[in-house]
Amino acid sequence: MMLEVRHVDAGYGATTILNDVSLTVDEGEVVTIVGANGAGKTTTLRTISSLIKPTSGSVLFDGEDISRKGADEIVEMGITMIPEGRQLFPDMTVRENLMMGAFKKSARAHQADTLEEVLDLFPRVHERLDQNANSLSGGEQQMVAIARGLMARPRLLMFDEPSLGLAPIIVTQVFEVIDKIVATGATVLIVEQNVFHTLKAADRGYVLENGAIVMADKADALLDNEHVRKAYLGI
Amino acid sequence: MEVFLQVLVNGLMLGGLFAIIGIGLTLIFGIVKVINFAHGEFLMVGMYAAFLLTTALDVHPYTTAIAVIPLLFVFGMLTQRFLIQPLMNARDDHIQIFVTVGLSTALINLALLVFGAEFATTPPSGLRTALEIGPVRVLVGQLVVFGAATLLVVGLTLYLNNTQFGRAIRAVAQNRAAARLMGINVNWVYIVTFGLGAACVGLAASLIAPLYPTSQTIGTYFVLIAFVVVVLGGMGSITGAFLGAMVIGLIDSFSAYYIGSDLREVAVFTVFLLILILRPQGLFGGRQTLSHVS
Ligand SMILES: Nc1ncnc2c1ncn2[C@@H]1O[C@H](COP(=O)(O)OP(=O)(O)OP(=O)(O)O)[C@@H](O)[C@H]1O
Ligand SMILES: [Mg+2]
Repeated sequence: MMLEVRHVDAGYGATTILNDVSLTVDEGEVVTIVGANGAGKTTTLRTISSLIKPTSGSVLFDGEDISRKGADEIVEMGITMIPEGRQLFPDMTVRENLMMGAFKKSARAHQADTLEEVLDLFPRVHERLDQNANSLSGGEQQMVAIARGLMARPRLLMFDEPSLGLAPIIVTQVFEVIDKIVATGATVLIVEQNVFHTLKAADRGYVLENGAIVMADKADALLDNEHVRKAYLGI
Repeated sequence: MEVFLQVLVNGLMLGGLFAIIGIGLTLIFGIVKVINFAHGEFLMVGMYAAFLLTTALDVHPYTTAIAVIPLLFVFGMLTQRFLIQPLMNARDDHIQIFVTVGLSTALINLALLVFGAEFATTPPSGLRTALEIGPVRVLVGQLVVFGAATLLVVGLTLYLNNTQFGRAIRAVAQNRAAARLMGINVNWVYIVTFGLGAACVGLAASLIAPLYPTSQTIGTYFVLIAFVVVVLGGMGSITGAFLGAMVIGLIDSFSAYYIGSDLREVAVFTVFLLILILRPQGLFGGRQTLSHVS
């Protein structure tokens, strides 16, 4: 198992958000976490990234407990998170943003090759390389955020709400890009408000409610599940 | 006209002095977002070190930079690691202010204990000799300070824009959370940056020591101006701090000559307050902060 979250409790300060969360992601799998606003999806990804430390339980990567490691070590080991809300470096050029994506030692050496590969996926980003990130449109910024994540050549790529706040046509483009990334055989853990599309693309899914996993199944099964259809697909 | 030129050059030289002290301060402020109230005392420590090394080893004062810069670099790193970092996530940012103010007071008293109240005069080694350039006279040492300040601005800007670690420093200043997601060790960046800021003032110390007698209060004297320079420059802009230093140097020099030398500080702070009221983002602020060096 590539990633294994085992009975994790985590939160902010004295507030516990996640209660006994367990999930796994195997090599080559696309896994999604479905949940309402405030359910704890971002908190789960942050815990895996070691931006917050679990108060109990553990996170294993390739069988090794990584829950006490620094966030920078997690990235170095091969887990990259593309955060909610893009989080670019606003006063750096697109090129510099992408270079920061390849900051970790193991990615730095291949920076030029990776850049070429990544830019093939994002022709629009290519055109904007020397522009400041804050001068891009929201959709372009999201593309840069994804491209920046790929620059790390991660073994596990985590998306947090990649389509948040984007116009429908841009959302389609973002999903096209994600589908292309998935088609390369990448291992992906994705949180996305567009549950229908994500479940279509995913192998498996978890349903997170009030900080606890209430359901775990194959993505097709979740698509057919009555509760999921009612609560998250609006059918 | 000749007098005007001389006053102009005096102002620029003074500006160079303020700049070389202010650059480190603005670097630390721009990246770590901490106001280092002990910055002047870092300068004092460096100047005492330069004095001791110069007299003990009988070397040219500039030679001491080889030791004083690394010394201050380490001193800055330790300050960040053991005094600032533990408080960085404190709920109240003001605690960091008290820590650097406390460090400042401690260093002043330590210096008083070690060196007593007397001035420590580093041998001028020819650096207080006046050069005649056309109609104006400048001290060799002042010219060197000015040149060094200019090179420091250019060098730091190139470093921050063109090296991987330099870019990481800017990334941390612009978006700390995202920087961590890139695998950047943010605490380490802060430690190195604080070290770099202190190293800048270490360079300043070795260059200034032969020009001014060192005392416990030397830092207090210079750092007040350095703060003005940093604010004028737009809080955290290296080029801005340099230009701000020139403005202050010129105001100082012109007011001393044309208004009266006991009124120069009044003039400097009057202009400073006016600028603050009219342009709170600083004269050169708003664009070129360290988050965006260009
Ligand atoms: N930095 C923080 N400090 C304190 N509480 C937080 C913080 N971030 C999130 N929370 C709280 O944790 C809970 C879970 O938040 P989280 O961001 O994980 O939810 P989410 O499932 O990602 O929601 P959304 O769909 O809105 O992104 C919420 O109640 C939120 O208010
Ligand atoms: Mg979220």
